Amino acid sequence: MLTIDRSLTRLHGRAPLDAAPPAGAHAAFEPAATRTVYGTLLNHRGALAALGEAVHQPPYKAPPRAPVLYIKPANTWIGSGAPIPVPAGIGELEMGASLAVVIGSTACRVGLSDALDHVAGYTIANDVSVPHAEFYRPSIRHKCRDGFLPIGPWVTARRLVADPDALELRVFVDGHLRQRATTAELIRPIAQLLVDVTEFMTLAPGDVLLTGVPAGAPRARAGQQVAIEIDGLGRLESALVPEAELAGGAA
Amino acid sequence: MKRARVAYGGALHDAAATADDCLRLADGRIVGEADVVWLPPFEPRTIVALGLNYADHAKELAFQPLQSEPLVFLKGPNTLIGHRGATRRPADAAFMHYECELAVVIGVPARNVRRADALRHVAGYTVANDYAIRDYLENWYRPNLRVKNRDGCTAIGPWLVDAADVPDPMNLALRTLVNGRVVQQGNTRDLIHDVPALIEYLSSFMTLGAGDVILTGTPEGVVDVRPGDEVVCEIDGIGRLVNTLAGDALFGRAA
Repeated sequence: MLTIDRSLTRLHGRAPLDAAPPAGAHAAFEPAATRTVYGTLLNHRGALAALGEAVHQPPYKAPPRAPVLYIKPANTWIGSGAPIPVPAGIGELEMGASLAVVIGSTACRVGLSDALDHVAGYTIANDVSVPHAEFYRPSIRHKCRDGFLPIGPWVTARRLVADPDALELRVFVDGHLRQRATTAELIRPIAQLLVDVTEFMTLAPGDVLLTGVPAGAPRARAGQQVAIEIDGLGRLESALVPEAELAGGAA
Repeated sequence: MKRARVAYGGALHDAAATADDCLRLADGRIVGEADVVWLPPFEPRTIVALGLNYADHAKELAFQPLQSEPLVFLKGPNTLIGHRGATRRPADAAFMHYECELAVVIGVPARNVRRADALRHVAGYTVANDYAIRDYLENWYRPNLRVKNRDGCTAIGPWLVDAADVPDPMNLALRTLVNGRVVQQGNTRDLIHDVPALIEYLSSFMTLGAGDVILTGTPEGVVDVRPGDEVVCEIDGIGRLVNTLAGDALFGRAA
């Protein structure tokens, strides 16, 4: 029987690390991120294709050459079961399902054949955004609000994931399946992404690299429940709650 | 008070500046500034950086009209390097330039802070040199991380100067010298979005925490720098940050 290695997840000390998650304990999950979380823009074939000819026109003028990265800072991290704050005046948010790769050992200028040796494990991320159409400028105001990165519920060890480049992602809104995608659609599969990223920046143990959001991220509004599943990694659950109802925003 | 973090005698130390800018380690030892390895002067949490935040620099890079909203991007801790460090200039780069910037370190969490209260959330100030390699610019989340988040491409320090010792952060002269020649000059009074405005803007959608730092942007006067060049970024009353450019060979890459 498969056991889940949650050695990288802190559970508020409620459960021994080798035990199954306690029933009904979702609200107790801390975010499965501890250091720096990098996202990758347009790394799903469908997401780039959806832009069509626009990638050749101003302001972009050419499709991306190197990986296009961004950061989901510490104020965005929340655990499974914690609420996503919905800003006043914004009707819907994008639910950006992504595989999250957790780094286990310092990765600098890694080679294709040993890239995955630097991976501790995998988890699920919901890269929440205020919908926006342009990718010319970094969109901090749209992507880095408090609580905009549910991540977890736990980290599954690399050895338990036979092929991270063939995992199905499923997004549910209020229990209805709204999106299915697979990590087989990545433009840069995980090892290649690690090669191209660590050519110019070192990833440290605890850093997280999001492999990219598929085209057509579902939208959800305050009052709705969102869940993201990835094969073998669990289920990341969040409720969308008006920001004004959450005193002080995310913890 | 001016604080630093250094490596000395086989250990990491918190240190404070003496009257003559030597370092007093927490254990009482006093050591010279050339006798330590300088680290970034604080443990960074979120690193926020501004682009095109001086009108003259925006004009220099042919950007117009000036944007009404701050151009903000984020950086990771891998990119920070302390005073007197060496920064790599890749052999394939044609245009790499320094950017002297006032860095604002947050001390008290800030959420929905108004301009009038903003400076109460500042722990202190330091100097940053936010290098860019323009060859790697792409028009996706520009300036992309391959330009702005390279290992060791953001020098910072030497000191974190307590906010209480900086009576007017919005009137500080800053300049860059390459091999002793002044190549860049400006004053923080010319910031398009000043420090209180940046704290008000950022805290309107993200909670700023202790250890977060805002690199406020650079004035005009950026020129190409080459391996061997010594680049000094100075801000009056804050510090004098030295960095040296080095080629690929120093970093174990074929020349």
